[in-house]
Amino acid sequence: MKLTLHTTPEVPLEAEVISADRLQGLTAEEAARLPVFHGNDKAVLGDFFTLQGKVKDGSVTVEGDLTKVKLVGSGMSQGRLRIEGNVGTHLGAEMSGGEIIVTGDAGDWVGREMSGGRITIKGDAGHMLGSAVRGVSVGMTGGEIIVHGNARNEVGNGMRRGLIAVGGDSGDFTGVSMRAGTVVVLGQMGMRPGAGMVRGTLITTRSVELLPTFNYDTTYRPPILRTILLYLRKQGFAIGDAYLNGPYQRWSGDSIELNKGEILLYAGDDPA
Amino acid sequence: MFIDTTEIIDTFAEAFAMWGTRVIITGETEKWAMAAARSMTGFATSVIGCKCEAGIECSLPADETPDGRPGVSVLLFAGSPKGVGNRLVERIGQCVMTCPTTACYNGLEGEESVVVGGKLRYFGDGYQSSKVLGDTRLWRIPVMEGEFVVEESFGVQPAVGGGNFLVLGRDLAATLAAVEAAVEAMQVPGVILPFPDGVVRSGSKPGSRYKALPASTNDAYCPSLRGRVPETCLPDSVSCVLEIVIDGLDEEAVADSMRLGIQAAAGEGIVQITAGNYGGNLGQYHLRLHDILQGGS
Repeated sequence: MKLTLHTTPEVPLEAEVISADRLQGLTAEEAARLPVFHGNDKAVLGDFFTLQGKVKDGSVTVEGDLTKVKLVGSGMSQGRLRIEGNVGTHLGAEMSGGEIIVTGDAGDWVGREMSGGRITIKGDAGHMLGSAVRGVSVGMTGGEIIVHGNARNEVGNGMRRGLIAVGGDSGDFTGVSMRAGTVVVLGQMGMRPGAGMVRGTLITTRSVELLPTFNYDTTYRPPILRTILLYLRKQGFAIGDAYLNGPYQRWSGDSIELNKGEILLYAGDDPA
Repeated sequence: MFIDTTEIIDTFAEAFAMWGTRVIITGETEKWAMAAARSMTGFATSVIGCKCEAGIECSLPADETPDGRPGVSVLLFAGSPKGVGNRLVERIGQCVMTCPTTACYNGLEGEESVVVGGKLRYFGDGYQSSKVLGDTRLWRIPVMEGEFVVEESFGVQPAVGGGNFLVLGRDLAATLAAVEAAVEAMQVPGVILPFPDGVVRSGSKPGSRYKALPASTNDAYCPSLRGRVPETCLPDSVSCVLEIVIDGLDEEAVADSMRLGIQAAAGEGIVQITAGNYGGNLGQYHLRLHDILQGGS
């Protein structure tokens, strides 16, 4: 099935119905009648999108600038959703399976509280990637978020399990309050990474000033890091051999919490 | 049937249903990966005395291993999935985790799986942690040299153990040369030869006059007993017999390996090639030598 945006929403459009499993088995006409909220006005999907075909092989493609379209792929459990262009906030929120690919940029709260599946953003992502909403302590509990560009603040806030990889830079408080899981930032992390982290792993290839509540352990070449980076290479990241083979500093923290988290900082020569 | 001057006896190897797994061991260098693999596959020649049979399947280049380091593929077989799991926990724990720089990954997507890293992790005494990549959970166990990485679970699948053939030679030199050539030729994916460098001289028959022993020397093939046993299987010109035992992840792989081995072993100085069986009443697989050589099994 293919959806093409014909009318750009004037205010945020809540369209959690744009999901591979929600559209499965529906004709284009039936799907066009699915409810959406345009601001606080009830509307239907067909008011904004032209729909063609049926869902085949679980695949749905959406075209257009969806910057103001929220909750796309929210709660998705299976199938494949491809967005040709940008997308708004809460992409793939609480999804439990399937795959979402965005060729452009994504807004804030991508994959918040997701428990499974994979989200790939070819461009940049906003704040709170894979995090919890305010007032909730646990963020994503499984799955993968792959961002080829940059991500903004609080990547992986409260994350409990899963993998987040950012090919570019990340903002401040990367991995704040992490419970577990893995965050890899191949670019520059912002201020105070890992603040309040309980367990989990932050990996970065650039130097960054750590909080004083992190304790230096050693400099070594952990095999797990090679496995993670090779896995990310398969997801399309260009990761130089120097980062695979080079040494990493291991810092434990955050000691204001359980001190069971770790930050792995690349400590070799800059290959550039 | 003859290959050159070697008679291939019209008989069959009686093989048994087992369960198998594949373990990928990596190391900082191939030397250390191989050191762990050799240690893990030591004392694993026969389930009769070792509780499992294991061997090195092949070396793996760095670009074919999960962590991009040189690796070695090991196959291990036992009588049940639980048996495979127990042996893996023992052998990976004692032989791989202890070996400098190594890591250990599942190399088989089997019908079932057994928990290995999920048990070994407790060695970390609370400092262990895990990483999930895709559908795979990897345990990181802190050790004095750094970290030991081991996969949570390993796949197991039904397998075939005890494929075999016996090489009956005129003398020791010719027989050794024949089995060495055979072993060299038998390196087929999914197959191991669990005995020392692939060869066993102490082939056994089931049972013994001593009640405690489940197996005893294969007297019908012992040249030194030719004049004593009730019925010898040795032609007059034979003075040495060596056996090659084959375990594989499936019957086809075992048959392929046997065919290559028999073809390589046959020739000058080898009088007969035959196979060990128990009358066909014990093993689930009957690998007929003539069928194997003609391309079937």
